[in-house]
Amino acid sequence: MTQPVLEARNIVRDYHVGGGLFGKPKIIHAVKGVSFSVEKGKTLAIVGESGCGKSTLARILTLIDAPTSGELFIDGMEIDILRDGLTRDMRQKVQIVFQNPYGSLNPRQKIGDVLGEPLLLNTNKSAAERRDLAMQMLIKVGLGPEHFNRYPHMFSGGQRQRIAIARALMLSPSLLVLDEPVSALDLSVQAQVLNLLADLQDEFGLTYVFISHDLSVVRYIADEVMVMYYGEVVEYGAREKVFSDPQHEYTKTLFAATPNADVESIRQRVTARQKERAAAGV
Amino acid sequence: MSNATLPAETSSGAIRRRALADFWFYFSENRGAVIGFWVFVALVLVAIFAPLIAPHSPIEQFRDALKVPPAWEAGGRPEFLLGTDPVGRDILSRLIYGAQYSLFIGVVVVSIALVGGIVIGLIAGFFGGWIDTVIMRVMDVILAFPSLLLALVLVAVLGPGLTNAMIAIALVLQPHFARLTRAAVMAEKNREYVIAARLAGAGRLRLMFKTILPNCLAPLIVQGTLSFSNAILDAAALGFLGMGAQAPTPEWGSMLAEAREFILSAWWIVTFPGLAILITVLAINLAGDGLRDALDPKLKRS
Repeated sequence: MTQPVLEARNIVRDYHVGGGLFGKPKIIHAVKGVSFSVEKGKTLAIVGESGCGKSTLARILTLIDAPTSGELFIDGMEIDILRDGLTRDMRQKVQIVFQNPYGSLNPRQKIGDVLGEPLLLNTNKSAAERRDLAMQMLIKVGLGPEHFNRYPHMFSGGQRQRIAIARALMLSPSLLVLDEPVSALDLSVQAQVLNLLADLQDEFGLTYVFISHDLSVVRYIADEVMVMYYGEVVEYGAREKVFSDPQHEYTKTLFAATPNADVESIRQRVTARQKERAAAGV
Repeated sequence: MSNATLPAETSSGAIRRRALADFWFYFSENRGAVIGFWVFVALVLVAIFAPLIAPHSPIEQFRDALKVPPAWEAGGRPEFLLGTDPVGRDILSRLIYGAQYSLFIGVVVVSIALVGGIVIGLIAGFFGGWIDTVIMRVMDVILAFPSLLLALVLVAVLGPGLTNAMIAIALVLQPHFARLTRAAVMAEKNREYVIAARLAGAGRLRLMFKTILPNCLAPLIVQGTLSFSNAILDAAALGFLGMGAQAPTPEWGSMLAEAREFILSAWWIVTFPGLAILITVLAINLAGDGLRDALDPKLKRS
């Protein structure tokens, strides 16, 4: 077995909500003791409803926020940004792709500058080198060199998400956190972006933490699945196991709530409804 | 940044040209704005070429021509188109040279206020917390004074003169820019692209000035043009009260002040500087309104 790229032990994150002048300050436990590990080249999907702590966990994994307690290991190195601060090396290891491709690109920045910025800030490469690397990355994510000088508003949602993925990959991170990367896109574009992600994973040996609420997407891309519910992990295991034999009550409810869009199942629903109508009518 | 292998339409020059064409399209929807814009351009040209256009020197006194009425009035003389003032200076020439002062005041005051307001507003909005509270309360105190009164006090402290008047007006106008910047920064700083830039390793200064600030500029440009006219007006008011430009500077406000005892006997001495201020301020305000329509993405129909 290889060494896990990402290992989290007992991550806790509390938010203090000061209740104003008269209310009592409250503590909200957003993430309550989450542990998991992801191996190189694998994809861990984190599933759960809105407000279950998925995005908080994503912010901790990408080193934006520090956990209240718990240990985080990336590439076997313990990382504590409260104690050690954030260094260039750490930053290059983890990158994130956000949910909303319309908000995650600076509207006043050309695509070339969007891609070049991480290199400019973290490496000592010359402008020409940065430009070449950015061009290569553009082609790798399925865009062309003619897009280099354009602004984000000239792109569709799917293209923007490709740009966001390209930006995240510029520093060749070992871990990529994908915070619902396809849920703002329509179905055909979703498939394209998911395929792109799968290709990139093969090519660069990337490790993904894929946050989603869409179970069909998770079934497609994940190796392991973790189900969160109110800040706790209620189910954690290989994809086949979780999908075929969910243990926890919440996971079962979640699977049952997934709309089934097979032609077969739609036909069944239609005939069932016709029967009902016939019975109720005459 | 342009590359020979790229198609021409994607070069940055072409994009800028298209953006400019877009801007002009929205700007020209507003007739008043276009008129204001051209009046302003004419004013700038007049100011630049004042020595060529003006028939006389603005401070030359014609002893034989005191209070000569405009050329079309009875007793008017053709060489003094808009008449002369009580000490025999040509009013038209003084107005033409006065345009230089007014534009200079507008540019300097708006620049000082804009730069100061942006820096203060950026710091307040970006850092938040007690820094924000302290800065914004100070701004509130400045805003609580009637602006002219505060400018007057500042000039009284610094001593009368055009430079001090400009500094005073800039200080008085600056909180508007600070507030506007702060509001825009607070809206932008939690957007995902800012988080992404921070993840990419951008430091605070880069985040503030390179990532956030360019996205906050549209309201500031509009406020800048509107403040331009405010600055001219305030400088004229200070000049009128004797605290701004000192004689014999041909500044429109002080021209008004020197002429006020002749309102009834020689109407042209008061009227023309007043008209000049009115037309300039009106033109700039109209153009500023048009700018707002053209730059505000919320008003833009795509």
